[in-house]
Amino acid sequence: MAMKHRAAAGLALFLTTALLVAGCNGGDSEAPAESELYKNPVTLTWWHNASQDGPLKTYWEKVAKDFNALHPTVTIQIESIETNQLQRTRLPAALLSNDPPDIFQAWGGGEMREQVEADYLKDITEQVKTEAADIGSVAEIWQVDGKQYGLPYRMGVEGVWYNKDMFAKAGIAAPPATFDELNDAVTKLKAINVIPIALGAGDKWPAAHWWYNFALRACSVDTLKKASTERVFDDPCFVKAGQDLQTFIATNPFQPNFIATPGQNDPTSANGLLANGKAAMELMGEWNRGTLDTVAEDREALGKFIGWFPVPAISGSAGDPKAALGGGDGFACAKNAPAECVEFLKYLVSPEVQTGYAETGTGLPARKAAGDTVKDPALKSVLDATSGASYVQLWLDTAFGSTVGTAMNNAVVAIFAGKGTPEQVVDAMKAAAKK
Amino acid sequence: MTSTNPILSPAGGADAPSAGLRPSRRSSVRAAQTRRKWYEIVGLTLPAVIVYVMFVLVPMGFAVYYSLFRWRGIGPPTDYVGFDNYVLAFQDPIFLDALRNNAIIVVGSLVVQGPIALAVALLLNRRFRGRAVFRLIVFVPYVLAEVTAGIMWKLLLTDNGTVDALMRSLGLGSLVRAWLADLDIVIWTMLFVLTWKYVGFAIILLLAGLSNVPPELTEAAAIDGASWWQTQRHVMLPLLGPTIRIWMFLSMIGSLQAFEVIWVTSVPAVRSLGASATMATYMVDNGFFARLWGYGNAVAVILFVISFVAALLFQRFLLRRDIDGAVTGRVN
Repeated sequence: MAMKHRAAAGLALFLTTALLVAGCNGGDSEAPAESELYKNPVTLTWWHNASQDGPLKTYWEKVAKDFNALHPTVTIQIESIETNQLQRTRLPAALLSNDPPDIFQAWGGGEMREQVEADYLKDITEQVKTEAADIGSVAEIWQVDGKQYGLPYRMGVEGVWYNKDMFAKAGIAAPPATFDELNDAVTKLKAINVIPIALGAGDKWPAAHWWYNFALRACSVDTLKKASTERVFDDPCFVKAGQDLQTFIATNPFQPNFIATPGQNDPTSANGLLANGKAAMELMGEWNRGTLDTVAEDREALGKFIGWFPVPAISGSAGDPKAALGGGDGFACAKNAPAECVEFLKYLVSPEVQTGYAETGTGLPARKAAGDTVKDPALKSVLDATSGASYVQLWLDTAFGSTVGTAMNNAVVAIFAGKGTPEQVVDAMKAAAKK
Repeated sequence: MTSTNPILSPAGGADAPSAGLRPSRRSSVRAAQTRRKWYEIVGLTLPAVIVYVMFVLVPMGFAVYYSLFRWRGIGPPTDYVGFDNYVLAFQDPIFLDALRNNAIIVVGSLVVQGPIALAVALLLNRRFRGRAVFRLIVFVPYVLAEVTAGIMWKLLLTDNGTVDALMRSLGLGSLVRAWLADLDIVIWTMLFVLTWKYVGFAIILLLAGLSNVPPELTEAAAIDGASWWQTQRHVMLPLLGPTIRIWMFLSMIGSLQAFEVIWVTSVPAVRSLGASATMATYMVDNGFFARLWGYGNAVAVILFVISFVAALLFQRFLLRRDIDGAVTGRVN
């Protein structure tokens, strides 16, 4: 018996030691000095979220090869991981270990703030001044306390995608500019027996985005900024957002049983309803042009009838009517990544690579120079709205971080299900901020 | 244990020098055998033990450890909160909904699948043409990947989907409901899909149990003039007891840990409202999506403890006679 115990103890000790040793050996990649750039062969590991076979995945492979041809000392090892897995499990676990990827997907906002506080990211403020300046104010989303930690390659604001033919048939002269006009349009669309607005509440965030927009209209820019950095939600405008949302839901603008409708990716989704001529409108980000295509039965027809307009204003509210919600995709370098990582990041957002990215049609490029490649009229209006926005507020769930974000989205969904109140949303956010 | 004869085995143990030549050689042979036996045991079990320790016991230990911290997966856990995470879980109405849903699935699976599986197994145990084909058909849902089955049912059960159309064409239009959207109905929809998915497993288990019943017994019953029904009731059913109890055990543990089918078939919004959440989906939604790693670990530990206690109670009270001698006292 004693021997058995000793053996077990020995085994446990051995395993623990093995784990410790393995853990300690991972992180010895010291950053070389600037002058040594491209002198020693380095391998950069690159984690991105273009996991499905498609134009973007192929394009990133080409970009990595091109960079290697320009700088033969740098080999790039790509791992493409589905967004949820990447963001929720793989990346946090890799960052916790001593062996994170060198360059990886970064969405900015609250999550990036936490990553910086844990000292995971490389401060690239000095090296990317030119790029950040050209990208403009939206580059701030990848900043924490004035320092740049990442750069976006895709950026766009949210708006309402709509069916121009249905609007004409219903006798709606111009896209609604105020919520009163939107309510009017909803009434007219009901009269021609179509679903006025498709809503993918099943995925939670498409429903929550309505609340975000009401918050954007109800709250001043300063209040929103303070909420993002300090996680303070005391301003009554957050309750007002929920009340406005309740009023809007009461007009029944959505399809029945929207609580179980998925957002995108299959024909039964809200995307499918708009793309296949069953619904007239959908609130969605700029990537929607591509995702509508994937569920459309007739892409040509879709291309002809699809239009876009900004989220309507609410008259007499505190929010800036020219402010918009938006978000994007970017990359950041790990704290201990070699200096070449920053060079590769700069290359990723260079006008040349950005132009190629715009041509993949998977999203709007963050660099202005690359915007000229955008031909689709609907996307063109998103691009104009993005550059014309007085302030771009990052998606609130990303801005507030996953914990507050999830609690907020859940509470908003409860309003949609008729089981929650505007006050409960704010309470849930405050409670989650303490978790 | 090995040296049964005290005279042949000197007090000093196997390796101690001894005066008598023959007994000494004998005992050293025995000692060598003992040693060899231990080497074999250690050598053969070590790989399994290492894997078990590293991938079951160590992670379990870590889960318990992490569950005591307020930890969001950024930096090492430092904010020790004791059992706060456990208290929080039992204060969250959505977690209590998840517990209730798990209970519905455990009981529902036993009550619904059991009789169906028994009836089908007894039928399929009779000789008839095409029996193999029927057995295959019945087993297909179980072989299908959970995700595939989940997506299939999600599409079939959608508003105005195939199920609704089928019901309307059968004149059952008035019974059509929002299967996946009605918060009061969705858990029963989940139970239906789970039953469809796993009843094949119960049937195969029972069929295997039935094939173990010696034909002499049914023949004897027939000679005694028992009808087919009487044979099933008084011969087959009692002999199926151990198989049924094992199936109940597996079904119960599987129901407590139900995840894949529900994760895929039921949308996140409906889960987050508690209507279709189970402990496992709640754990993933909170642990990973809300990034509450410490809390998620606490939920994992709760799930483990509930499953473990349920398994122990089941073994103690229902499986006892089947596994007598293995874990309980020796049979006399």
